[in-house]
Amino acid sequence: MENLIEFLSLSDPNVRYVVLGMVLLGICSGVVGSFTFLRKRALLGDAIAHSVLPGVCLAFMIGGTKNPLFLLVGATITGWLSLIVIDFISNRSRIKPDAAIGLVLSVFFGVGILLLTSIQGSGNAAQSGLDKFLFGKAASLIGSDVWVFGILCAVMTLVVILFFKEFKLLSFDPDFAHSIGLPIRLLEIVLATITVLTVAVGIQAVGVVLMSAMLITPAAAARYWTDKLFKMVILAAIFGAISGILGAYVSYTETAMPTGPWVIVVLSLIAFFSMLVAPKRGVWAQYVIQKRNQNKIHQENVLKLFYHIAEKGDQQFRAARSLDELLSRREFPTSILKRTLTALTKKELLDKVGNNQWKLTDEGEERGKRVVRLHRLWEVYLTKYLRIAPDHVHDDAEAMEHVITPELEAELDKLLDYPATDPHDSKIPR
Amino acid sequence: MDAFWIILTGSLVASSCALLGCYLVLRKMAMVGDAISHAVLPGIFLAYMLAGTRSSVPLLIGAAVFGVLCTFLIELLTKRMRMQNDAAIGLTFTFLFAIGVILATRFASYAHLDQDCILYGEIAYVPFDVGWTLDIGGAIGVLEIPVAIGILSALLVGVIALIWWAYKPLFITTFDPAYAAAIGISTTFWHYVLMGTVSLTTVLSFESVGAILVVAFLIGPAATAYLLTDRLPVMLILAVLIGILSAILGYWLAVWINGSIAGAMATVVGGLFGLALFFSPSYGIIGKHWRKAELS
Repeated sequence: MENLIEFLSLSDPNVRYVVLGMVLLGICSGVVGSFTFLRKRALLGDAIAHSVLPGVCLAFMIGGTKNPLFLLVGATITGWLSLIVIDFISNRSRIKPDAAIGLVLSVFFGVGILLLTSIQGSGNAAQSGLDKFLFGKAASLIGSDVWVFGILCAVMTLVVILFFKEFKLLSFDPDFAHSIGLPIRLLEIVLATITVLTVAVGIQAVGVVLMSAMLITPAAAARYWTDKLFKMVILAAIFGAISGILGAYVSYTETAMPTGPWVIVVLSLIAFFSMLVAPKRGVWAQYVIQKRNQNKIHQENVLKLFYHIAEKGDQQFRAARSLDELLSRREFPTSILKRTLTALTKKELLDKVGNNQWKLTDEGEERGKRVVRLHRLWEVYLTKYLRIAPDHVHDDAEAMEHVITPELEAELDKLLDYPATDPHDSKIPR
Repeated sequence: MDAFWIILTGSLVASSCALLGCYLVLRKMAMVGDAISHAVLPGIFLAYMLAGTRSSVPLLIGAAVFGVLCTFLIELLTKRMRMQNDAAIGLTFTFLFAIGVILATRFASYAHLDQDCILYGEIAYVPFDVGWTLDIGGAIGVLEIPVAIGILSALLVGVIALIWWAYKPLFITTFDPAYAAAIGISTTFWHYVLMGTVSLTTVLSFESVGAILVVAFLIGPAATAYLLTDRLPVMLILAVLIGILSAILGYWLAVWINGSIAGAMATVVGGLFGLALFFSPSYGIIGKHWRKAELS
């Protein structure tokens, strides 16, 4: 607890730099990542991250200094080059994009390692520290790094705000964007440039492999919560920032622990949590929706069953039926039938009379009739308009009877000129 | 003699990876190979922690479990959680890799495996870990065979055996999964067999050549061979030859500029792919350009 208070007070300048740096980086990569994610180019971040290394080494070899700005320029150039090469290979040869990405990232990184080890072997004392581009050293972030992160974040936010509408179109419908005269090529270059910049800067904090997670995971998690791009970008930035703080906290309380990997672990946990509980798109929400639909189908089938029994037999639509009678007409697992009968009674679509006997209420009869009507209307439609043989239409109608809306029903009725019977000469109840 | 052992190690890894890589490239699963090669990391460390030794058997089990877990998670995210495939791959392997790095920092002294080794491998030290000696007399005298050579040879034999015995199901599930399902070959089963083998290959090659060279060897030679032929058997053989050539040339490149051997081999893989990309008689960019010009 003491730890936590001390951590949150940010009194230790070292903690301040790390937390601030990771938060800024989390925001940047969350925002940029949202666009690469939506354009289905999530793995390009991985390729860029690996391709930055040879640029850093080359910049060092040419310039002979570790001036961060100089190294950044080198990193940006090779990061960019990797994107061009991937595009070239996947557009101009039979190699698929996935193989092109994998090949480019491993070869560029191999070249980087070769150069790095060659520099290290040359005995140049100034080289020490270059290898932080491999694994990242979040714990050693200093004031000037935070300034760089801050400037990057500001520039990037400005670019994204300025071009928000354009980027949105580019992400969702590039063809349309092109047709209304947007400079697609230029926008792609701008977006790619801020992506490469984010990677090149961020890599010094979290390292090569984990940088791609900083781009992918916040966006993937945010996608589960919303369908709106703006909300998604904001959420991704928040997720990035939160995990930056938590990651820094873990490595603060336990000094042996590296910051970068903990940030990624926290991010991944946020993503897994989102998958499970997010409303609408989450697994739990999906399960509930599915269950509800299933129950609705069961209930409609039971109401239909009451109607069928009366129609084929005694014509007493409101007569009470026993469990056995219902089961003899349609195959139902007994437990499900019982559960459905109870649910229908509760909804006042059925009345329970005596011992294990049920009869339709007014509304229940109306509903049962409607399901039968939809079923038969659809059968007429299939035979008349799609020319399907009458003995092949039942299964499809069995599914459609649960999904046709009242509007569609009216339309069908009109189109078919209010038919009296279905293709099997059964009466369509009105 | 050291040069010979190093090149032989590289060639053995290259051959196993190239063979499996052909299937990955053809199944459009190249990035899954990349993902697995990162995701086995926590498996390696958990195996060290549980078994307390560096012996190969628990290591293999740990790696195989995590490799298959990685593909399983990717499938789960795409099918059940409806995440787009590229994001699912990226999320899964970075998550597992992050756990691996945490374990690595926590137990580095214990496992004698540091972060550098994970990326570069220790191919230069392969000849020093002698496993067997063989007196063949004559000019060579006593042959000191490194442990890695034994392990990697066994791996290559295993991979060749798998492709030999399972050539047909692998072939059909790769090119026509629907037909495979229709004649009763389980695509899921062969998917996991392939992924399991890729995990084993990755982890066995890991210590010698590092993660990056494994990925380069998995994808590079297979992609290069894919530019040269349309027939699977030819592609398999070509990929192996290209892999071995990369190992040999890569070694000399590394010696020449005094750098990492693994890095140099990956560089050569890229160079050979570049040559094929432009000059392949059938699918090269220059050849295609030529034919187009002739037609017009």
